[in-house]
Amino acid sequence: MGQITLQGVQKSFGPVHIIKGADLDIADGSFVVFVGPSGCGKTTLLRLIAGLEDVSGGKILIDGKNVVDTPPAKRGLSMVFQSYALYPHMSVRGNIGFGLKMAGLPKDEINRKVEAAAATLNLTPYLDRKPRELSGGQRQRVAIGRAIVREPKAFLFDEPLSNLDAALRVQMRIEVTRLQKQLGTTAIYVTHDQVEAMTMADKIVVLNGGKIEQYGSPLELYERPANLFVAGFIGSPKMNFVTGEPALQKGAATIGVRPEHLKIERDGGGGWQGTIAVAEHLGSDTFLYVDAGALGMLTARYIGELSLHAGDRVSLTPDPARIHRFDESGNALRS
Amino acid sequence: MARMATTRRVMISTAAAWLFGFLIFFPILWMGLASFKTELEAFAIPPSFLFFHWTTENYATVQERSDYLHHAMNSIIIAGGSTLIALLIAIPAAWSMAFSPTKRTKDILLWMLSTKMMPPVGVLVPIYLIYKSFGLLDSRIGLVFILCLGNLPIVIWMLFTYFKEIPRDILEAARMDGATIGRELVYVLTPMAIPGLASTLLLNLILAWNEAFWTLNLSTSSAAPLTTFIASYSSPEGLFWAKLSAASTLAIAPILVLGWFSQKQLVRGLTFGAVK
Repeated sequence: MGQITLQGVQKSFGPVHIIKGADLDIADGSFVVFVGPSGCGKTTLLRLIAGLEDVSGGKILIDGKNVVDTPPAKRGLSMVFQSYALYPHMSVRGNIGFGLKMAGLPKDEINRKVEAAAATLNLTPYLDRKPRELSGGQRQRVAIGRAIVREPKAFLFDEPLSNLDAALRVQMRIEVTRLQKQLGTTAIYVTHDQVEAMTMADKIVVLNGGKIEQYGSPLELYERPANLFVAGFIGSPKMNFVTGEPALQKGAATIGVRPEHLKIERDGGGGWQGTIAVAEHLGSDTFLYVDAGALGMLTARYIGELSLHAGDRVSLTPDPARIHRFDESGNALRS
Repeated sequence: MARMATTRRVMISTAAAWLFGFLIFFPILWMGLASFKTELEAFAIPPSFLFFHWTTENYATVQERSDYLHHAMNSIIIAGGSTLIALLIAIPAAWSMAFSPTKRTKDILLWMLSTKMMPPVGVLVPIYLIYKSFGLLDSRIGLVFILCLGNLPIVIWMLFTYFKEIPRDILEAARMDGATIGRELVYVLTPMAIPGLASTLLLNLILAWNEAFWTLNLSTSSAAPLTTFIASYSSPEGLFWAKLSAASTLAIAPILVLGWFSQKQLVRGLTFGAVK
């Protein structure tokens, strides 16, 4: 079991409020990603759950029990650090087994569990090596091994893939997701990378300035962003925001259209007129950055190749069913 | 061309390094040579470098005139004891300053170091009087105490620098893994700090071994370490260069051997953790 509930959790360092009251329900076995720009408090929130920081207010319930006064080790959670934080003087075996040793398990049981974890992570040939003799990806797997071997109630990941190169990151992303599904253990994962968030999460928590902006499944966030911040943060390239006349026509202060929901036509079509400033041809996609005069810069995405170039005039027509409307304070208007 | 220039530069700097090393080593070499000369040859002008009548009679005289082992034992106890006690005090002090610093931590560290800026002779009279009233003059405990206090700031500074290098993440990982403070110390922190502890220990052993001001002023015979033993050869009857050299060679031999075998740790210690 690993059900985690936050009730009005607050954290301040002196006069600075890092977390301004977070309420959250994390179901047992789910994969929840905390995402947000740097400084939004996502790592702090994770460390509060881990017990590495003390809360300034509110409750953290793990399986219904308030743990704010429980030391980290007694919370039954395990953590994977951004820097891996492996014990440099211990072998891989020692690193993975350290938690079990601290728990006072008999030696042969520790060995059995460590070997099972190592087998899951393809680390068996490296069990007797020191961390400095391993590659980045292998170190990362040792850090994960150390987390899974204790069979915790939940895994806490603090930007674990950010030190890896791009190719390895994609591979580890898939490995981590598969491992979590296979073990069925609750996982909380912190990242600033919205692609990681969208691909790995069952549910995403979008944080900004110490506040939870929205909590929902990746597609919910994509299709029904609660406000301008979430709308702008989720999705790549970023959603286009248009104010003024076109927004007023829709009865909103701002309207948002995702680049993939703009129909691109050569000049003369019925939509918003503009000139292509930059055209990016990726083969699979074409991204157009269009100067639309009073509407500002608009981004449009076309699936496949479109032979348009910088300087060409185009007209962009938003898909009427996919227009997001926001009021003056930036909150989404639902029709 | 470029390659030749580099080779020449390497050769010149190597030669310069050897020359510099030789200059630094020369007094020790000369002392060692003089200890095997007769008193007459020891201050002959022009001095003879290698071609003189080699003799070991100075060592025999030194051993006859004073008890080398007694002084050496005092040196070991005083240097070893003061270093160990300093480490015992400094480890928790440096630990707490490195891992839970407050606003005042930097000031405290600077204040500690500032005590080393005062010339020791400034407090010689008060310390002497205190030692006299407490009956600590010419006692090993007294010397252990004063050398320990004298070196404590440096020990704390060195350990602080080492502890600071240990990533906090690793200690947090140990906490997540269920290690108590005690076990964290035993299983994680100490093994990671051993290189730093070793170089601190060695450097302070050498500092304490060579310390001459307090040992000369606060001891006469029963607690006198090797520094006093050397000093006793500059006697009122005049300087006996050869015997003085023999006594000095004997005094520095143990620490020289120790230093030779622990070069790696020492270099690390002297660079104060600057080189990772």
